[in-house]
Amino acid sequence: MNWLIAISNILINPIFYKSMLNNATPLIFASLGGTYSETTGVVNIALEGIMLAGAFASVVFTYITGSPWIGVLMAMYVGGAMGMLHALASVKYKGDQIVSGTALILLSQGITGFLLQRIFGEPGSSELVKTLPTWNIEIFRRIPFIGSIIGNLSPLVYIAFICVILSHFLIFKTKLGLRMRAVGENPEAADTLGINVYNVRYFGVIMSGVLASLGGAFLSVGELGQFTENMSNGRGFIALAAMIFGNWKPFGAMWASLLFGMAESFSYQIQTQSILRLPPEIKYLFLMIPFVLTLVVVAGFVGKTRSPASDGIPYEKE
Amino acid sequence: MGEKGEYNLSIAKSIMVEIDRMDIKKLSECKVAMIGITKRFPGVLANDKVNLYVKEGEIHAIVGENGAGKTTLMKQLYGLIKLDSGTIFMNGKKIVINTPGDAILNGIGMVHQHFMLVPPLTVAENIVLGMEPVKGIVFDINKAREDVKELSEKYALHVDPDVKIEDISVGMQQRVEILKTLYRGADLLILDEPTAVLTPQETEELFTVMKSLKKQGKTIIFITHKLNEVMAITDYVTVMRLGKVTGRVNTKDTNPNELARMMVGRNVLLRVNKKPPHFGKKIFEIKDLWVKDNRNLDAVKGLSLQIRKGEILGIAGVAGNGQSELVEAITGLRRAEAGKIVFDGMNITNWTPKQVRKAGIAHVTEDRLKYGLIVKYPISYNFILAHYDEVPYSNGGFLNFNTINTKADKLIKEFDVRTPSRDVLVGALSGGNQQKVIVAREFYFTPKFAVVAQPTRGLDIGAIEFIHNKILEMRDKGIGMLLVSMELEEIFSLSDRIAVMYEGEIMGIVKPEETTVETVGLMMAGARLTEIKADDSRYEEKDV
Repeated sequence: MNWLIAISNILINPIFYKSMLNNATPLIFASLGGTYSETTGVVNIALEGIMLAGAFASVVFTYITGSPWIGVLMAMYVGGAMGMLHALASVKYKGDQIVSGTALILLSQGITGFLLQRIFGEPGSSELVKTLPTWNIEIFRRIPFIGSIIGNLSPLVYIAFICVILSHFLIFKTKLGLRMRAVGENPEAADTLGINVYNVRYFGVIMSGVLASLGGAFLSVGELGQFTENMSNGRGFIALAAMIFGNWKPFGAMWASLLFGMAESFSYQIQTQSILRLPPEIKYLFLMIPFVLTLVVVAGFVGKTRSPASDGIPYEKE
Repeated sequence: MGEKGEYNLSIAKSIMVEIDRMDIKKLSECKVAMIGITKRFPGVLANDKVNLYVKEGEIHAIVGENGAGKTTLMKQLYGLIKLDSGTIFMNGKKIVINTPGDAILNGIGMVHQHFMLVPPLTVAENIVLGMEPVKGIVFDINKAREDVKELSEKYALHVDPDVKIEDISVGMQQRVEILKTLYRGADLLILDEPTAVLTPQETEELFTVMKSLKKQGKTIIFITHKLNEVMAITDYVTVMRLGKVTGRVNTKDTNPNELARMMVGRNVLLRVNKKPPHFGKKIFEIKDLWVKDNRNLDAVKGLSLQIRKGEILGIAGVAGNGQSELVEAITGLRRAEAGKIVFDGMNITNWTPKQVRKAGIAHVTEDRLKYGLIVKYPISYNFILAHYDEVPYSNGGFLNFNTINTKADKLIKEFDVRTPSRDVLVGALSGGNQQKVIVAREFYFTPKFAVVAQPTRGLDIGAIEFIHNKILEMRDKGIGMLLVSMELEEIFSLSDRIAVMYEGEIMGIVKPEETTVETVGLMMAGARLTEIKADDSRYEEKDV
């Protein structure tokens, strides 16, 4: 009974939904990124590391310039560069995509940890910097209940959803999108039709870096105004699960990210329900919810969704 | 050098001079001419100073065995492989082709042996891919659909632009491939072994299409190793062997025997000598077998058959109609969902591969590299893969190398495996010798029954002859055999009875000497033997 009351308390509180959107945003960016990369046939598990680098770069450049927007732009630049590195290793030099991705994650953790101390003088976390000012959207705000959820959020939240729509349009309605899908399914066929397989894959992987780093920037200058060590905290991997659950489609990735965002939001809100009288250490169990959900999703749905046929296989011309 | 050698040399010289003279005159009247093409891969000279002349508006066959360099030559013309040296002329002018894009610009289109299609995309999307019509920045799917419709009407190649490639038949996919080249304005079409995947009827349809394309002024290069097809459809033949051109001849001035001689370099028997059969009692039986494929769909649907000792039952059919699943179910590699497999009085349904082998069933696998051999093992290890844990090959967990080596040497000799030693890695052997290793392993340990899948896929005529003779030798020793092959000729020349499989069912069982390729072809396309017979008798009645 107490549980029912607690859960309905959560469900009628707009904060639950607002926190869901905030939690989902980095996942949406990163899972969109994964979708770009894997649609063209390159597995990018480096998302985790790219998010971390994006979070760090945005804080550093906000700290230097005083403008969080410049921080976000530089995060995109750094993310694109890391995507480029992954593309060089796995597209041009045909290295193992998992190995290259893992290397990038470790590289990113090492470099951010090192530079954190160098720039801010102490380990663990950076100084506080300006966050992106939230956007007040009057039309939304006037809607009862919903308005208090979506009327006043970080601009990156709105941008995430706009990116979903644009990505869907790009992948399914444009010439480039058709070519991306063809390259991910059967690169040899695309090649025989005069399509440059490598260029299309470079595009996909670089875009995945840019988008994932936006997710990272949201974590730091979008929400917290600070960088803490290893702050992506597994979100890159959850984003990969969201991409799979979303069947390698932008809207699918969005819905899956929202589900994971909701799970995360729930795991925080349930702890605030005093009626349950939960022991404080239980929070560690609740923090597992998103990961358990990831496991269930990946184990339960992988066979039912369909990845691009050449996903993960380097393309070699004769 | 002996007298004979000098004589050969002088002939060779005179031929060279003649070719040089032809060059200048011919180039101007050729649609495409490839002169002095040389291409070297690591360890192989794939094309050795090849000259090819294709006249405008002709159907030009390039024949040769696997590894003769036909496909390599064409891939250079299409820009998929860069040429080491040589020149390409088109309509009398020298052209440079570095990428498929260059080839397309020059009006060259290629239909590859393995289709270059994107299965989840639609027919229209596949055809326009790379040259997509756009409206602003949007891909104009409606225009693509109309273009495809128009094109398919113009060339009488009917396709539905809106279905996905993964949902249409192989014959239909091939049409899409041809339309792809025509959409790009190709007037020279290269067809690389286009009939390998087709039923006889689909092949006939393809020939009709080829003739109509020729009528519309297109030039076609037709790569094949099936000589009857060369005789049926082409105007001119270029024969290749081991990277060199070994003959050029007008189709009407030649015959299959002459072409075969040019292909192989010696006289070959195009038919095997089969002794009259001596059937024993029933050794193998399948009752109402159901098997699922990897996508969890029914691949074998209630199949039943019986095989006697000393009998070869050939399974004919287009690839992908459940043959692989059938073989895997028998040999224990795939679970049978329902039904019964009985061998020598034992119910062996869903036994493990090892149990099946121990019971006395040999298995020549369909894919020799994937399932048949461990390519990074030497020949001697590959011989004992099924028996490594038995005396005398091992004892108390230790391998007995003396026995293994003696056995290997014996098998190498007996099965004519061409190798410098038993320690050579199997991966380094030619396809024919690899297949001999498998056949030696499977047949030497005197099985009671053998499942033989695609025994000669991709082999040259010499190796095919050898393996066919070995198979017949086993049959004459009284071993029952299930032979699965996509090559109708092989099925007809080896089988005592032919069962035709279509979508997991047997359409009918016939004797090769009492049936025709047409009847089997109809069954391969899904007609039941009973229906065909009914149709025939109706016609007969009409005649009367």
